[in-house]
Amino acid sequence: MIWPVDLIIMVLVMICGIGAIMVRDLLGAGILFGAYSFMMCLLWAIMGAVDVAFTEASVGAGVSTVFLVAAVFRTSRRTKD
Amino acid sequence: MRFLALITILMVGGLLFYGTPDFPAWGDPESPASLHVSPYYIEHAVEDTAVPNIVTAVLADYRGYDTMFETAVIFSAGIACLFLLRIYRRKSTTTRLYRHNLTGITLRIAKGGKLPEGSAEFERIDSLWVPYDMIIKVTSRLVVPFVQLFALYVIAHGHHSPGGGFQGGVIFGAAIILYAISNDLRRAFRRLNEKAALLASAAGVLLYAGTGLMCLLLGGNFLDYSKLADLLYTDAIMARSHGILIVEIGVGLAVMAVMVSLYYNLSSAGRHDEGL
Amino acid sequence: MESLLANFLAKYNYWAYIGLVMIGMYAMIAKRNLVKKIIGMNIVQTAVILFYVSIAAKKGKTIPIIAHGHEDTGHHAVQALDYISPLPHVLMLTAIVVSVATLGVALALAIKVYRQYGTLEEDEIAMRIEEQ
Repeated sequence: MIWPVDLIIMVLVMICGIGAIMVRDLLGAGILFGAYSFMMCLLWAIMGAVDVAFTEASVGAGVSTVFLVAAVFRTSRRTKD
Repeated sequence: MRFLALITILMVGGLLFYGTPDFPAWGDPESPASLHVSPYYIEHAVEDTAVPNIVTAVLADYRGYDTMFETAVIFSAGIACLFLLRIYRRKSTTTRLYRHNLTGITLRIAKGGKLPEGSAEFERIDSLWVPYDMIIKVTSRLVVPFVQLFALYVIAHGHHSPGGGFQGGVIFGAAIILYAISNDLRRAFRRLNEKAALLASAAGVLLYAGTGLMCLLLGGNFLDYSKLADLLYTDAIMARSHGILIVEIGVGLAVMAVMVSLYYNLSSAGRHDEGL
Repeated sequence: MESLLANFLAKYNYWAYIGLVMIGMYAMIAKRNLVKKIIGMNIVQTAVILFYVSIAAKKGKTIPIIAHGHEDTGHHAVQALDYISPLPHVLMLTAIVVSVATLGVALALAIKVYRQYGTLEEDEIAMRIEEQ
């Protein structure tokens, strides 16, 4: 609960979240989504929720990113917005 | 459309912001979330179940009913993905493509004949062929057993350290997905084919519900693990700890199989012939 | 004004949660691509999980795993005041697993839409439905 670390990671979370929806390349959006998951996992680990952080690290930053990249590979990669 | 969306989310943000003065400050020990039921769980978890990790004890024992339905939810997600995407085609006996490793010649074998799958000189290829990437294949062949071992460790040590059934199951599934990404998807099918994955996920849910039913048959409530004490030759407290372990193994098995099955369906768009 | 500033500084986890809900909902409503909408859905889910986890935190207390719990040293008293509350963590474990299940089914639906209409932008899909 050290507040400078908390603040920096929250700012990074917002930047990754905004980046994931603004990027025009869907593969980049998927990778930024993986980075967003990792930052959330760090945030929860700092708040003391170690089980939840473990689950988010394996599920969100691992398997969820792989599913998104696989789906982008099977459909198109460019997007207009 | 975007202007309307901006107005809507500013209104939602304003409403949420309006509600924050009533919330407790962050890190307050006297907040209502920490006062009513949580102290009972914290103080009595080790006495009742001999499991120091309070989150695992609450998840699998005190609130085991919710966890059973969550396992059913993830099983039905695997089944739904199968229904949506799977295309069953008869194995096309018309043309198969084989590549001779030494000379690089690609053979196209017409209907009828086929070479054995595991022969050393010819490899079966799909329409897109990438050259053999030695670094990736050798490295992931070295890494995959250790990841699986770590996944089993996480399941087994859910009582004393952060971990448990879900995390271990997902890590095990991720190891098999790593094997499927680095090598061909067909090689992963040889190790764990689709029917085995679906059977394993059903077996995981059956293990969980079957444990609860066994407790019912032995005279207690549904999912009351202390009645398993006669079956396991221990006292009531250790029986609850072992019941939690059995249930976590069921959850881990189901989650692993569903992750693998979802990857098979998503990366080949249901056709199960070529992957990423 | 003083109390407003003190309010602001004491509750900054709620600002992160509100910001993330706004970002996620904007992605779900205003973006035209289906995969961006799915990413927005997942951002809203993780923001709600952040809210619950931040409710459970207490300043200066330790994680909810009882140290030296497996030794049989009799029942030494466990003070509920020393540990953070584990109940929201349990509920959020279920929520994370449900979110990955929903992501899998949503991506399967997106692949099926692509197979049928050839595109993932929703205005082009509307045009192709009208032409049929």
